[in-house]
Amino acid sequence: MPIASNKPRIVQVLDIKEESETVRSLIFRDDLCSKAKPGQFVMVWIPGVDEIPMSISMMGDQSLAGFTVRKVGEASKALFDMKVKNILGIRGPYGMPFTPIFGDVMIVGAGTGLAPLLPLAEILTQKFASINIIIGGKTLSEFVLVDRARKTLLKNNSEIIITSEDGSYGIKGLATDVMESILKKKYIDIIYTCGPELMIKKVFEIAQKFSVPIQASLERIMKCGIGICGSCCIGRYRVCKDGPIFDSKKLEEIIDELGLFRRDHSGMVTMIE
Amino acid sequence: MQVPDLSIEISGFKMKSPLMLASGIFGTSIKLLRRIFETGAGAVVTKSIGYVKRMGYNNPTLVEVYGGYLNAIGLSNPGIKEVYKELSRSKINDLPLIVSLFGAETYEFTEMISLLEDLKVKAYELNISCPHVEGFGAEVCQNSDLVKQLIMAVKAKTRKPLFVKLSQNTTDIVQIAKLAENAGADALTVVNTLKAMAIDIETGRPILANKIGGLSGPAIKPIALRCVYEIYQNVEIPIVGCGGIINWQDAIEFFLAGATAIQIGTGIAYEGLSVFEKIKQGIKDYLILKGKRSVKEIVGFAHSF
Repeated sequence: MPIASNKPRIVQVLDIKEESETVRSLIFRDDLCSKAKPGQFVMVWIPGVDEIPMSISMMGDQSLAGFTVRKVGEASKALFDMKVKNILGIRGPYGMPFTPIFGDVMIVGAGTGLAPLLPLAEILTQKFASINIIIGGKTLSEFVLVDRARKTLLKNNSEIIITSEDGSYGIKGLATDVMESILKKKYIDIIYTCGPELMIKKVFEIAQKFSVPIQASLERIMKCGIGICGSCCIGRYRVCKDGPIFDSKKLEEIIDELGLFRRDHSGMVTMIE
Repeated sequence: MQVPDLSIEISGFKMKSPLMLASGIFGTSIKLLRRIFETGAGAVVTKSIGYVKRMGYNNPTLVEVYGGYLNAIGLSNPGIKEVYKELSRSKINDLPLIVSLFGAETYEFTEMISLLEDLKVKAYELNISCPHVEGFGAEVCQNSDLVKQLIMAVKAKTRKPLFVKLSQNTTDIVQIAKLAENAGADALTVVNTLKAMAIDIETGRPILANKIGGLSGPAIKPIALRCVYEIYQNVEIPIVGCGGIINWQDAIEFFLAGATAIQIGTGIAYEGLSVFEKIKQGIKDYLILKGKRSVKEIVGFAHSF
């Protein structure tokens, strides 16, 4: 009885990419993860610290894969501080991926929310797709992965728009404002988004207003990663198994929770600020 | 041939199907529990609720091993007051909801039940068998005086059916079963997970943050089945079989051993949410093949040999 994906596989950190002062990408070799689909995630075990979900931000040749971490809490700080040759446990890949739709595509991302969106963009650009990517953020120092986005979208009919709340980078304002102005002028087949939940909620509302389908990557506290513990529930769904990618229909069903509340480690409802 | 009757009744609690969602799966979210009910479960049991909020253990809290899963979630739960709030604002009238409770002291159980009594909760399940939290669970199950005192105290507080979930991590589960019956339990859930562990050989570390956890899944099925079989010979109250049931053949074995109903937990990890519907269909087909009109007709049949 082979156990392929639900037991931690020990991998070595092969390379570390400095994305910003607080964000790094860690590259490792793992056959299963290198074949993951955009939007899927892994449970990353930092021995002696914790195990946390991370979106796969890179699936490569030679069985390489990677994720992008911002140091926020104890576990993400431990990941951020990892050195080459340090070891990690990996379970997965898990979850429902994005469904690529080759057409006029809009991508709205913020911060490390770009992590699962870029592998998707890379797949979309392999076939003809026109991509409008809007990258939002608070201030210049918080932007990450923008160079990779530029490199990905260099060759086809694509546009990158940067918005920052304080005007220190790109257009001053919110990504969702730009999004709305584009939708007023241009037909879009599908919107993909990932970032802070309040942004996702706004992106969803605007998408609904213009009747454009959307796929959004959501985040909740995860423990089992395989859909049995219920820690990551949102409405009647489990983010780890039924998500993390939610389409318009599922988002509509969870609208009374989206951007409003989540559960803490005990399962207690806590408001999203 | 008419469709076999799968409905059962335990101490006045009527279920359309003998399949229940085991405790610990899917947390306390009523919407998620309702979804399971809609996929074919006759009843759903909440995650075990305690007197106060518990954050549970750090991750890893789950790891797959050959033949099953190990978990040490650590009885994380929002505490009875929060759960009461969630239940109060949820529509549960039509939901066959059983609330699982754990505690360290008898008064914790009785106070929790007093609080829940006015809600449309259908029954309670006492978790006196969690294998991985010190001071709770299996440690209670090993103390026969405490088990007796606890069940009697709880029965004095409620007229709703009381399920008692037993542990195999004890010297003699049959003795505990008899004791629980004599103290007034309406049904016995047999069994909880078995104390177990996994070590990662690369790092040399135990994988679970808590080191020790509970084993569930196919690996424990023969043990759970034996427990049901032995207990059936010694008690009169209904037994709810639990442990490693992932397909209809497993379910039938438990009925033949003496289970009136069965609970499914880890089966969802193997088969997904359709596990209830698949097992239900398998049971119906089996009963038709055997010329039985009702699932009740096969309960304990293996004891005739």
